[in-house]
Amino acid sequence: MTVKSTARARKKAAPGVPDTLRATGTDTQPELVQLLTPEGERIEHPDYPLTTTPDELRALYRDLVLVRRFDAEATALQRQGELGLWASLLGQEAAQVGSGRAMRTGDYAFPTYREHGVAWCRDVDPLNLLGMFRGVNHGGWDPNEKNFHLYTIVIGAQTLHATGYAMGITKDGADDAVIAYFGDGASSQGDVNEAFTFASVYNAPVVFFCQNNQWAISEPTTTQTKIPLYRRASGFGFPGVRVDGNDVLACLAVTRWALDHARSGNGPVLIEAFTYRMGAHTTSDDPTRYRPSEETEAWKAKDPITRLRALLEKEGLAEEEFFASIEAESEQLGLRVREGVRTMPDPDPTLIFDHVYAEPHTLVDEERAEYVEYAASFEAGENL
Amino acid sequence: MAAQLSIAKALNEALRKSLENDPKTLLMGEDIGKLGGVFRITDGLQKDFGDSRVIDSPLAESGIVGTAIGLALRGYRPVVEIQFDGFVYPAFDQIVSQLAKMHARALGHVKMPVTIRIPYAGGIGAVEHHSESHEAYFAHTAGLRVVSPSSAHDAHWMLRQAIESDDPVIFLEPKRRYWDKGEVGDAADLGLYDARIVRPGTDATLIAYGPMVKVCLEAAAAAEEDGRRLEVVDLRSLSPVDFAALEESVKRTGRGIVVHEAPVFLGMGAELAARLTERCFYHLEAPILRVGGYHAPYPPSRVEEAFLPDLDRVLDAVDRALAY
Ligand SMILES: Cc1ncc(C[n+]2csc(CCOP(=O)(O)OP(=O)(O)O)c2C)c(N)n1
Repeated sequence: MTVKSTARARKKAAPGVPDTLRATGTDTQPELVQLLTPEGERIEHPDYPLTTTPDELRALYRDLVLVRRFDAEATALQRQGELGLWASLLGQEAAQVGSGRAMRTGDYAFPTYREHGVAWCRDVDPLNLLGMFRGVNHGGWDPNEKNFHLYTIVIGAQTLHATGYAMGITKDGADDAVIAYFGDGASSQGDVNEAFTFASVYNAPVVFFCQNNQWAISEPTTTQTKIPLYRRASGFGFPGVRVDGNDVLACLAVTRWALDHARSGNGPVLIEAFTYRMGAHTTSDDPTRYRPSEETEAWKAKDPITRLRALLEKEGLAEEEFFASIEAESEQLGLRVREGVRTMPDPDPTLIFDHVYAEPHTLVDEERAEYVEYAASFEAGENL
Repeated sequence: MAAQLSIAKALNEALRKSLENDPKTLLMGEDIGKLGGVFRITDGLQKDFGDSRVIDSPLAESGIVGTAIGLALRGYRPVVEIQFDGFVYPAFDQIVSQLAKMHARALGHVKMPVTIRIPYAGGIGAVEHHSESHEAYFAHTAGLRVVSPSSAHDAHWMLRQAIESDDPVIFLEPKRRYWDKGEVGDAADLGLYDARIVRPGTDATLIAYGPMVKVCLEAAAAAEEDGRRLEVVDLRSLSPVDFAALEESVKRTGRGIVVHEAPVFLGMGAELAARLTERCFYHLEAPILRVGGYHAPYPPSRVEEAFLPDLDRVLDAVDRALAY
């Protein structure tokens, strides 16, 4: 397998413009891998060929729409007081669905806290993701059931878990690969850089998938780096690729290539999905304090869903009934999420003591007994 | 086994047995391969088990612990070595926020059988960052288990028990005792979390762990010359604590003195004193006293003797306790 070098990507750069000057910013980046233009034109890329059946394209469209709907529903539920917080993925659907759909069943994803679209592709029940934001648990699902790890809030910590897991795959002689998700802000963390080192020297089958959504809360990518992020990889000795993160086909093709590259024993790959966070960082954030609205407007024109819809319509791959059926399905999903969240029971307070340890621990046992007795005293009316 | 071994060798044998018994057990750390670790605790293991099971890692403590978490998720049982106590802090987040909580966050669906071995505490004349006692940070964190052996027998069997545990265990090795020899029996005679009465007595209970057990035994021997019979309890486990054993002893002697190297303020001794006071109040002849380090950075080695509790400081506390 050929190694995709950053040199090739650089070759495509506009002549005379130093890379460092085009590192960030919001203008279209010449070196982006793109397979679908914002106008819905399908283009070929010599290094990342992708053949798609009409069924596959429709399925990707369905994913994008449903994931966006789920996200919008969660944002609304937060506004209604049903969730304590929500980290919206609005605008990043293509990066997540493209990379998520590139995974095989045995592959494993290690998300941050915004990878709702990847969870969707891993077939994790969306309601599972909401427990943490509602405050009924700190994760709650069995990561090994769908090979989708728990959300990690400490920035970048999960990239090491992903790398260790990938090292285990190598030891098992298995044919699987791992994706570690993180943001442009996280790329500054020590853990991410340690993960790059471990993955590189142990040839671990891990794909580092950085969603550069241009912002880390209020800090632009220029606060994190002076070179394009994908080029970090070369310093660690593995390939880095920048892909149009709003182009689901390019994200699919590049991630599929990277996963295969990793699983064939060639070591890690860094993918920088160049995208944009259309909403606030979380529902607690106020982007009007730091972000010009023209910037957000400019990115609207690159919306991942409209461009795929444009392709489907232009090529006559989907009729009006198809779009209507997705709309109906999206209504159903919204309903299920709303009802599911509102009827989500609070856990029994003794949850505090459950699973602190895998094996018995005298202090926990003692404190649980104390709590149970204390709580019972209210029921018995002793403390009234 | 029933052999006379140094603590270092007893640990080495424990790692060897653990590697033999379970193909999923792995060792990771800096310089643990060819060199056998800076204290030679892993001596010869890479030669016998190969470099995919005894792994020299990059120099990145967060990376060592973070990847161990990933390996545990994949079904491995990593045993990692932190080269010296003061170098564990870069891994603090991975230990207290990630490793300690993973089992609970997954509602019990995943286990974290990771053992973190740390040569800790002072007394060897080392430079800065090579003599720290950080047990309270870890014992304070729910989800972690913290243990520290003081004899060759316990070093061997406690390490094997720690590696077999499905919970993360911080395994604190008293580095200044590495070369002390003792008999290693052929079976664990106690559970990993049980305290041990290492010297029975009637007048006061000295409670210690790790490097301070020896100091307390010396103090008890010296006190005997003055006709004082001191009981010495080796705590062995700092989380959980075997309070039943401590309570029994302190109720019997009426006096308790906790001795550790770590600074006294908010240390293990504070917790032990508070709980024992609650539990033994009507049996106590004196407040539970504490002997330990000062609220100061671990000092340069030329003055570390002044910082570390020694026989005289322990005996001084005994005098104070008996004077009530
Ligand atoms: C270690 C750490 N520091 C700070 C925070 C607070 N925080 C949460 S998200 C965030 C920004 C992260 O930006 P980025 O990595 O670009 O990801 P994005 O949220 O944009 O997807 C910060 C600073 C944190 N969660 N963890």
